[in-house]
Amino acid sequence: MSTILEMKNITKRFGPVVANDDVSFSVEQGEVHALLGENGAGKSTLMNILFGLYEQTSGEIYYKGEMINIRTPRDAIDCGIGMVHQHFMLIPAHSAIENVVLGYADNKQVLDLKSAAKSFTEMAERYHMNIDPWEKVGRMSVGQQQRLEILKALYRDVDTLILDEPTAVLTPQEVEGLFDVIRQLVAEGKTVIFISHKLPEILAICDRCTILRQGKVTAAGLEVKSIKNLNELAHLMVGRDVELVTAKTVSDPGEVVLNVENLNYTNDKGIHILKDVTFDVRAGEIVGICGVDGNGQSELIKCITGLLPPTSGKIEILGKDMAGKTAKQIMQEGTGHIPEDRQKMGMVGKMNVRENIAMVDNYQEPYSTRGFLHWNWIDKHSRELVKKFSVKTPSVMEAAGNLSGGNQQKLVVGRELSREVNLLVAVHPSRGLDIGATKYIQTQIVDARDKGAAVLMVSTELDEILEIPDRVLVIYSGRILACLDQCDCSRNRLGLLMAGVEEESDQSA
Amino acid sequence: MNELANFLATTIRLATPTLLAGLGLVFSERAGIVNIGTEGLMLIGALAGVMGSLLTGSVWLGALIAIAVTVLFAALFAFFTVIVKADQTVIGTGLNLLASGLTITVNRAVFGANTSPPQIDRFDITPIPLLSKIPYIGEIFFRHQIPIYLAFLLVPVAQFMMFRSNTGLKVRSVGENPKACDTVGIRVAMTRFIAVLFSGVMAGFAGAFISMGQLSFFTEGMIAGGGFIALAAVVFGNYTPVGVMFASLVFGASNSLMYRLQALATGFPSQFPLMIPYVITIIALCVISRRSNKPAGSAIPYIKE
Repeated sequence: MSTILEMKNITKRFGPVVANDDVSFSVEQGEVHALLGENGAGKSTLMNILFGLYEQTSGEIYYKGEMINIRTPRDAIDCGIGMVHQHFMLIPAHSAIENVVLGYADNKQVLDLKSAAKSFTEMAERYHMNIDPWEKVGRMSVGQQQRLEILKALYRDVDTLILDEPTAVLTPQEVEGLFDVIRQLVAEGKTVIFISHKLPEILAICDRCTILRQGKVTAAGLEVKSIKNLNELAHLMVGRDVELVTAKTVSDPGEVVLNVENLNYTNDKGIHILKDVTFDVRAGEIVGICGVDGNGQSELIKCITGLLPPTSGKIEILGKDMAGKTAKQIMQEGTGHIPEDRQKMGMVGKMNVRENIAMVDNYQEPYSTRGFLHWNWIDKHSRELVKKFSVKTPSVMEAAGNLSGGNQQKLVVGRELSREVNLLVAVHPSRGLDIGATKYIQTQIVDARDKGAAVLMVSTELDEILEIPDRVLVIYSGRILACLDQCDCSRNRLGLLMAGVEEESDQSA
Repeated sequence: MNELANFLATTIRLATPTLLAGLGLVFSERAGIVNIGTEGLMLIGALAGVMGSLLTGSVWLGALIAIAVTVLFAALFAFFTVIVKADQTVIGTGLNLLASGLTITVNRAVFGANTSPPQIDRFDITPIPLLSKIPYIGEIFFRHQIPIYLAFLLVPVAQFMMFRSNTGLKVRSVGENPKACDTVGIRVAMTRFIAVLFSGVMAGFAGAFISMGQLSFFTEGMIAGGGFIALAAVVFGNYTPVGVMFASLVFGASNSLMYRLQALATGFPSQFPLMIPYVITIIALCVISRRSNKPAGSAIPYIKE
């Protein structure tokens, strides 16, 4: 094998922030090379440099033995480097084939989409991928969109393919399918760079791995075969020993706090999103909702927290009918909400930490009296909260948007948990967080349960679903397909349910 | 029957400025740039056309000069919205105010404030041989000025460009998801810039057609909302050239109806038909907004990280 790609001493600065610090990265032809690291470790930055989306501050790139100067993605594609981005670079309003030929260098002025579709379909069949070239991308499933992205890159005849966190949006079965494609690519002599922070996947598919931590390489070209256990990898990635399992006792459910019956929601486009959703959450238990993104989780939570009006059905909190009530009324019933997008829904980035803390309960004592805020008290309370939930911030006057993702989330979680909550709704609580912050947030959620709160948690991460909840609901296409006790959950079983494969009998069997 | 033919011929004539400007706008809209300054661009085109025509003695050279001058101002709009990435509404409004003041100033400086405006030649009516002799049909479709034929002939060309050509695909894509275009090597800013310039070409021609085709002189503020109607026609036509044509004809018909009512002096307020296009647009927007082709990146500047 020969070295196909060498990135030498790459440094990238964004203002004062050093995203890549003297990173050297070398990939052999025909291997699957993992680029491993926590969020913010600089993996995507490094790959965006290789793909021409960023320009390195210093350092050199050699491809097939020649030094190359990549300024735009076009340069990278011309060299034979393709990239499938974490957030797909597709245009939902266009057909699959239009997305494939878009920007293709050999396009004639008058497009011949028919012959393009023919060669595209032939190529797709070679990789056992079935995609209708005339289907609008907006109507495709996430898994299909990813396959389309891979084919879009292959259509440009690339010999190195960068996959940026490709499994984040897939069901376990889809992940297997993706791995099959990767194996086939490698068998054809292509090289794959696989960006991930999920350790088991690295062991499953990769030949070697390079680990980044805080912009620096902590392990280069490690043979995956030689890795004995996951903790070793985790240590290299995080820089300290991490507990990979969150400690948790058996739950002791009490009275029903949240009761949802036959909930239906139809959106303004007339699409029936939630179909007769029924479940309850009891005090002192965590109910997890698992499913692939976009199966109605978001709408379900918005109906429960008062952000969307349900079309029909019952939502009761501690016996009170709350369907169609406003978010404020629902919060006053002791509901805490850790929203799906902390930057858009959880906080105001330009406001400072203490203003963000005061945002929820500002209308009442002890935050304010007759509309006048008690800044002294808020200041004191904010300092305590920041300390208690170990939010790293220079001061409570810092703009919340300047905090790191993990600390922003700790801030939101801290704010919600410092209120008296009977019901905690946590949506993707650990999305985009590193292992350390993830474990911290999960521990806080388990603590809230132990103190008697009912917790409803939504997650797409199977690892989290298998670990934290006491009961798991699987949602698919707006319906609850199954309700399982945690001990009955397995990766395979959940995976099939998430893909919409119904079981013969439900949990009563 | 004769009345009807006359009405339809007038409809086509009155639809033409909207169609010309709309065919340009549909490209810039698809590329994600809402050119609110079209009104001002048409005004500039109208004045530049008249001046050019007086200077050269030819309406066609006048129209070319109108297009050239308008494109310069369109480039100014494109510079601020695409390169500087300023807010499109603010820049467009600024352009309209600039055009309004500038055309008044130039017009008065050149032709004097209180004299009646100089008369110039108009685009000749060019009947199509044979076809124009067909009863009724000939009068409706084949006894018009050349810019009118051109405008309608451009519709299928624009439709083909938009949906079958590589350029059209790029234009539609940069309006939907500029970042995705960036990752496949399309120059987003350049594509958007050119789309705006094209809308300038068409706005200039449309303005020149108003001052030299429908009338034969320039008066201050003579576009009177025509640019905004063209913007509405693009939305009403759901962002396709063929749609813009039908929208323009609807607007043309209601204008035609207004003139007819005025002429008949029935006592029925002639302002009412003038409301029709706007009412139709509002209703249409409510109905089609769910299946709108409005680009996802409309009016959002693309800032590279």
